Amino acid sequence: MSNIEKDEHTGVETTGHEWDGIKELNNPAPRWWLGVLIITIIWAIGYSVIYPSWPTLSGDGERGGTVGSIGWTQYDELADSQVEIFERRAQYLSRFESASFEDVQADPGLYAFALAGGASAFKDNCATCHGTGGTGAPGYPNLLDDDWLWGGTIEDIHQTIRFGVRADHDETRFSEMPAFADIYSSEEIADIADYALSFSTGGSYPVRGKELYDEQCALCHADNGTGDRFQGAPNLADAIWFYGGSKAELVAQIRRPKHGMMPNWDSRLDANTLRQLAIFVHSLGGGETE
Amino acid sequence: MTSLAEKPNYNDEIVKLFTIATVFWGVTGFLVGVFIALQMAFPALNIGEYLTFGRLRPLHTSAVIFAFGGNALFATSYFCVQRTCRTRLWGDGWAKFTFWGYQFFIVLAALGYVTGVTQAKEYAEPEWYADLWLTIVWVAYLIVFLMTLKNRKEPHIYVANWFFLGFIVTVAVLHLVNNISIPVSIFGAKSYPLWGGVQSAMIQWWYGHNAVGFFLTAGFLGIMYYFVPKRAGRPVYSYRLSILHFWSLIFMYIWAGPHHLHYTALPDWAQTLGMTFSIMLWMPSWGGMINGMMTLSGAWHKLREDPVLKFMIISLAFYGMSTFEGPLMSIKAVNALSHYTDWTIGHVHSGALGWVAFISFGAVYHLVPILWKRNGLYSLKLVNTHLWIATIGIVLYIASMWVSGIMEGLMWRSYDALGFLEYSFVETVQAKFIPYLIRAFGGILFLTGSLIMVYNLIRTARGDSAPETRPAYLETVHV
Repeated sequence: MSNIEKDEHTGVETTGHEWDGIKELNNPAPRWWLGVLIITIIWAIGYSVIYPSWPTLSGDGERGGTVGSIGWTQYDELADSQVEIFERRAQYLSRFESASFEDVQADPGLYAFALAGGASAFKDNCATCHGTGGTGAPGYPNLLDDDWLWGGTIEDIHQTIRFGVRADHDETRFSEMPAFADIYSSEEIADIADYALSFSTGGSYPVRGKELYDEQCALCHADNGTGDRFQGAPNLADAIWFYGGSKAELVAQIRRPKHGMMPNWDSRLDANTLRQLAIFVHSLGGGETE
Repeated sequence: MTSLAEKPNYNDEIVKLFTIATVFWGVTGFLVGVFIALQMAFPALNIGEYLTFGRLRPLHTSAVIFAFGGNALFATSYFCVQRTCRTRLWGDGWAKFTFWGYQFFIVLAALGYVTGVTQAKEYAEPEWYADLWLTIVWVAYLIVFLMTLKNRKEPHIYVANWFFLGFIVTVAVLHLVNNISIPVSIFGAKSYPLWGGVQSAMIQWWYGHNAVGFFLTAGFLGIMYYFVPKRAGRPVYSYRLSILHFWSLIFMYIWAGPHHLHYTALPDWAQTLGMTFSIMLWMPSWGGMINGMMTLSGAWHKLREDPVLKFMIISLAFYGMSTFEGPLMSIKAVNALSHYTDWTIGHVHSGALGWVAFISFGAVYHLVPILWKRNGLYSLKLVNTHLWIATIGIVLYIASMWVSGIMEGLMWRSYDALGFLEYSFVETVQAKFIPYLIRAFGGILFLTGSLIMVYNLIRTARGDSAPETRPAYLETVHV
């Protein structure tokens, strides 16, 4: 090379090249750098022998690749990592599986186990709609009170969770209120709303409201407005309103009812978790015995 | 030294345009980043359809990577290739086309993001029409760069240009392969990728990882290899190291993508490939840091006096840190904890803010007085202020993300004594509120620093000079 010179500061020679005033020293690559690079390469070769590392031509080895000398797969690792978790659960699980809801409630250890499992599953599956504390929101039932659309015993709750409401399941709970805007005038519907409100407020109402209610609504919501859980018809007399309790909100609901839906959890959660959830929700405050 | 009389008539006008675009898009990208960081802490800030986190997040990542980083690469590569080849940039019209064509691509992509047009591939969100346009611009860039190299008056090609060329060529390949898709109609924005399932995921992360490797690493090492020796006034530490780490980096980076898909449907053998190559990539990455830092031997005293050089050296320190952290996170046992958590976000930002942005700031501070033919920067004190505000911002950012990332990773895998999950997802989100505030504050500091830079650069371009003493070697322009 033409212009090799000695760098006065370090005493190292340059390569003799220069670009826009930039020169290069002819230092070797640092030994430790090269050493670590070689070590990582050797380590990588070793790792590739021990673990699955090459695609096979036939593609019929472990997931299309070589098996590796210790036979490791990520599925085995997952199973190993869950052993201890399953052991902790197993303390109560086999007894829980064969116990009825009454048995569980009678056994403090099993009951605590069910509540812990239910609370854990509730937070990740139910809280999105019903709230982390189960307080619900407009259109999403409050689970802390004693007002139940489909019943408040553990069995009732279990069935609702398992099959859902208006869900994609043959056993799902189902109810549908007709849209009265197609049948009655706005004035008539306003009268019905006044009468429905009077169950909880005790206020006055037009006679026509009561007449129309008895004719059309009482079949499901009952003469005194207490509803019918068998049909999923809400109680109108308890001042707890699903879609709001103002007259305007009632009118809107009578005219064109909103119908929420709750998914069926039978296809998503296992039987034990469903039962734990039922016990947990039942414990939140409004659970009924019979 | 080449004397001024022999100096070719360099095309610095195009470098000026790209430098202005770099600063403009940088500040824009940082601003959007601060806003979405605040959205994470205060979800109520998701205002209306167009300003939700989901749409602004790709706007932020694309603005900082492709708009800020991309324009910085255009500016510095065009500046460096002319000077190290001692010839004017080839094709004035072509170069101008790459500028306006690239800005048009950025606007086209950004409009898509806020209106919900996306192929939902991370860092490759723009739909087919924008991808085709970028391909044309990128080929023009490659031609301009190659023709300039061909016209060079120097016998050898300088190392910075290897890195720039490696970046341009590989990004072209990555862009083309990952974006092969079939538009639903010629007049509609929607398209579907040619591959499906795990193949599509693997190609996406082969692309995604090498966008980091070749765009944000190789390209910016090109910047480092020109501006650090230039600024320090010292020869590059080791020519042999630069050859070794260039080729090992290029060879190994391209295989490391599968580590983004650990413990997924990706076959075990491919995961092993990604992990082992990531570990082997550690030293090739560090080669650039060593060569940059050791170039200062004999000029360490300049670090005390020259905050621009400080920017470059701190950037190399962050580069070294994040290229150690990367291989560490690719190890399956670590990845099982870190994957999907904020740790990843912190890791990306130690590279993006610490390395990419800092080396770019250093280069821009070096370039502006030269391009606008001024006697140095308006104020070195302000550069120093920018340096420290931004450094504190980065440290707050990455430290808070380490804390929140490791915390949420541990919370996700936590089981109680009876074997049930201890925390729900939303509880892990709630627990991150304080780290989110600290992260947003770090981002605000970083943004503030960049605004100080804008002020300093505008005053510099106007020819102002703050009343401060500075070493003689910093008073003249380093051409």
